[in-house]
Amino acid sequence: MSEQHKGLNLTLKVWRQKGPKEKGHFETYSLQNISPDSSFLEMMDVLNEQLVTEDKEPIAFDHDCREGICGMCSLYINGRAHGPDEDITTCQLHMRKFKDGETITVEPWRSAGFPVIKDLIVDRGAFDKIMAAGGFVSVNTGGIPDANAIPISKDKADEAMDAASCIGCGACVATCKNGSAMLFVSAKVSQLALLPQGKIEAARRAKAMVAKMDEVGFGNCTNTGACEVECPKGISIANIARLNREFLKAKIQD
Amino acid sequence: MTTFNSKIPEGVVAEKWDNYKNHQKLVNPANKRKLDIIVVGSGLAGGAAAASFGELGFNVKCFAYQDSPRRAHSIAAQGGINAAKNYTNDGDSIYRLFYDTVKGGDYRARESNVYRLAQVSNSIIDQCVAQGVPFARDYGGLLDNRSFGGAQVSRTFYAKGQTGQQLLLGAYSALSRQIGKGTVKMYNRTEMMDVVVIDGKCRGIVTRNMVTGEIDAHFGHAVVLATGGYGNVFFLSTNAMGSNGSAAWKAYKRGAYFANPCYVQIHPTCIPVHGEFQSKLTLMSESLRNDGRVWAPKRKEDAEAIRAGKLKPQDIPDEQRDFYLERRYPAFGNLVPRDVASRAAKERCDAGFGVESGEAVYLDFKYAIDRLGRNVVEARYGNLFQMYEKITDQNPYETPMMIYPAIHYTMGGLWVDYELQTTIPGLFAAGEANFSDHGANRLGASALMQGLADGYFVLPYTVQNYLADELHTPRMDEKSEPFEKAVAEVKNHINKLMSIKGSQSADTFHKKLGKVMWEHVGMARNKEGLQKAINELTQIKEEFWKDVKIPGSADDLNPELEKANRVADFIELGELMARDALAREESCGGHFRTEHRTEEGEALRHDDDFAYVGAWEYAGENQDPNMHKEDLKFEFCKLNQRNYK
Repeated sequence: MSEQHKGLNLTLKVWRQKGPKEKGHFETYSLQNISPDSSFLEMMDVLNEQLVTEDKEPIAFDHDCREGICGMCSLYINGRAHGPDEDITTCQLHMRKFKDGETITVEPWRSAGFPVIKDLIVDRGAFDKIMAAGGFVSVNTGGIPDANAIPISKDKADEAMDAASCIGCGACVATCKNGSAMLFVSAKVSQLALLPQGKIEAARRAKAMVAKMDEVGFGNCTNTGACEVECPKGISIANIARLNREFLKAKIQD
Repeated sequence: MTTFNSKIPEGVVAEKWDNYKNHQKLVNPANKRKLDIIVVGSGLAGGAAAASFGELGFNVKCFAYQDSPRRAHSIAAQGGINAAKNYTNDGDSIYRLFYDTVKGGDYRARESNVYRLAQVSNSIIDQCVAQGVPFARDYGGLLDNRSFGGAQVSRTFYAKGQTGQQLLLGAYSALSRQIGKGTVKMYNRTEMMDVVVIDGKCRGIVTRNMVTGEIDAHFGHAVVLATGGYGNVFFLSTNAMGSNGSAAWKAYKRGAYFANPCYVQIHPTCIPVHGEFQSKLTLMSESLRNDGRVWAPKRKEDAEAIRAGKLKPQDIPDEQRDFYLERRYPAFGNLVPRDVASRAAKERCDAGFGVESGEAVYLDFKYAIDRLGRNVVEARYGNLFQMYEKITDQNPYETPMMIYPAIHYTMGGLWVDYELQTTIPGLFAAGEANFSDHGANRLGASALMQGLADGYFVLPYTVQNYLADELHTPRMDEKSEPFEKAVAEVKNHINKLMSIKGSQSADTFHKKLGKVMWEHVGMARNKEGLQKAINELTQIKEEFWKDVKIPGSADDLNPELEKANRVADFIELGELMARDALAREESCGGHFRTEHRTEEGEALRHDDDFAYVGAWEYAGENQDPNMHKEDLKFEFCKLNQRNYK
C-alpha cells in the first residue's frame, strides 16, 4: 500500500533463552526481502518459517489478536517497548518504520515482576494477582437496578473510559527503571474511582491493589513518566496522581 | 446414548423462559460446594459463566490458552452490544429485537432461543454498568446508543470502538473477584485436548500445559465449552492467531453433534489483503457504516486507472461514484446486514469495478466530515481511523478507506438444546462455540449480547438444572482408569504428530487449507466447487499426516506443536463445512449457493426443504458422518423473503 514496495534486508539480534532458569543469549539472523507493508510480527513469522526449514527451533514470542487490543504481544525492540512508533502495540508496528540494512535488536520485557518463560515470552501473572486483590466492583450477577438509574456525567464517563482502555501488556513495567506497575494499577483504580458504582469501595480497592503490587515484586514509582511515553494506549500518569490521592485518603481513614 | 431433543419449553414464546425458570431444579447452597464445573474459555461467555458459577458457590475450574483470561478474543469486538432497552424511544422492544435477529439470521435460528436472548439483553446492560463498564453517555448523563446493520432502531450500546474490550474486562473483573475468593481456579496457558465421557456423560477434560507440556485430567460434574468459533479454518480471518476449533472438534468426535458448520459470516468492512505473508485480517467496525458511504467507481475505465495508480479516489466526481448499497437497497442503504453488504462488494469487484488489487471498494467519510465536521467524526471513530492508518499508512480523513470482505464469525457450532446442552449430557456449549442464536447470519453487535447472555443469564440456570441430578455423583479420581485412558490417548495423538518429522510447517498446511476453503467454501459456493474442495481436503489431510514438521519437543513450550494440533482439526472441520454446504441446496444468510439465487442476484431460500438445523454426527475415522435434522418451526415470526430494499 505504500508507494515503495522494495523489500528490506535486515539483521536481527534476538534474545534466546531455553527456560526460566537457563542463561539467555543473543542470536543473530539475517532476513531478505521483507515487505515494508508487513507487520513486525509477520516479519517474525517469516523468520520462524525460515528456522523451521533449517531444522532449528523457532523463536517463542507472545501474540494473539494482532490488532492491538489483547495485550499479549510484548517485544522490546531497539530499546523501546513495542518498538519505534507511537501509540501502538508490537503487532501494530510495521516494517516501513525500519530502513534497509538495519540491525534490529529484539528482547523480552525485562523486569523482576515478569520472569522470562522462554525466549521472548515472560510471565505476567502478577497483573492477574493484583486484579484479583481488588480490581473489581463487588457485585454479583443479577438483581441489578436499571442501567440508567444512576446518571454519570459524560466527562467522568469519558475519563473512566480513557483509564479503562489499558490492555495490561506490561510495557509500562518494562519501560520503568524501577520496574513499577503503578501505571497499570492506577488505571484500574482510577476507572472505578471515577464512577459512582466503584466509589463505594474505592478506599478498600486502592489499599488492596497497592499491597498486592508491592507483594508480587514490582518496584516503586519515582515519577519519571517513562511509562506514559511507551503506553500503547496513551494512559496518562494523571492516573498515578489519582491513585496516590485515593491511597492517601484510604490510609487517613484507617 | 445421544439424545436429540431441543427441549423447548411449553407456552407462547414470551413465556417460555419464565416457565422454564419457574419449574427448573435448583441446588441448595450447601450442596453447590460439592459440585465441580469446568469452564473452557475465558471470553465473554466463559468468563461470565465462570464468574457467575463461582458467585453461586459452585467449585469452578476455568481454562484459557492465553496467559490471562483478559486476552480472550471477545476483547477485539469494536462496535457495540445490542439490547432492547428502547432508551431512544424509537420503537424498539424485546419482540422487535427477537424479530430482527430471526430475520437477520435468514430464518434459520430456533425461535425460542432467540426470544430468550432478546429478553435477557436488557439485564446485560444493567449488569455491565454495575461492574463499572464505561459505556458512552450523553451530556445528560444517560447511556448513548448508535445504530447497526439490519435494524431500523438505535439499540447498540458502545464504549468508543472498544466495546468488546470493556465488556470482557467487566467479566474478567468479576472472574478475578472469584479467583481472589477461591471459588474459581484459573488455569492459564492451558489448552483443552479432549473431553472425557464416562457412561454416556461428560465428566471432565484432558489438558496440555502449554509451558511444560504436561498432560493432565480434570474432573467436573459438568463441562462448559466457551471456546469461540472456527473462522481460522480459512487461515486468514479477523480471529486471533490462537483462535481455534479444536475443543468443539474433540467434543464432536466424542459424540456431540456439530450444527450448521457451513454458516460462516463474512464481514464486509475489513482492510484488504496486502501480500502473501499476511497473517491475519483486521476488521473495521460495522459502526463505520453509520457515517461512511460505500462506493466503487461507476466506470470501469476509472477503476482500471485507479488500479494502475493513474487516478486517486478523490479525482472521481460524485456522479461517477456508484454508491451501490444505496442504489440496490434504498431502505437500509449502507446499513444492510453483513452478508448482503459482503456479496454486493464481491459482485462489484468480480465485475471489474474493484480498486487497489481489484479486491477492494471504498468506505468514504468525506460526506460525514462535510456534514458533521472532522471533530465529530474523530470523536466517534478516532481510534479506528488511527488503527487503519497504522496498518495502511493512509489517512482516512483525507482519502477513503479501502475495504474488502473477510471471514469474521461462525454461526455454526456445537448443537445445543434450549438449555445449551450438547448431545453429550453434562457437556454444554456457549457463545460462538454453539450454533444457537444467529441462524445463517449474525447481526452486528449481537455476538457480545449472546456471549454475555449465555454466560451471565442462561447457563447459571440450565447447568444448575442438570447438576441437581448429579448430587449423588461423588468426585471422581483423576488417576482412575477412564481418565488415565483419556490421558494416554492424548499422549498418543501428540506422539503421532511429533514422530511424523516431515518437511512442511503447520502454517504451510494451514495456508493450503485456507486457500481451498476461501475459493470453494467462501462467499459463493456451488456443487462442483464443494465436491472439489472435499477431494482436495482429503489430499491435504493425507499429506499433513505424512509430512508435517514440528521442531522442538512435546515436553516444552512449543508453538509449532500447538499449531499442528489445531491445523489437524481444522482440516477435518473444513471438510465437514464443505459437506454441510453441499447438502444445503439453497442460499440463506452467509451461505450462498450460486445455483440458488433470485433474478436480482439475492439469496434464495427453499423453506419447504431446508427450514432445518443440520446437526452432524461423527461416525468414525474416514467414515461419512450422519446428518440429523432439527426442523425449525416459525410460530411467532412469519417466514418471509428478507427484504432490505
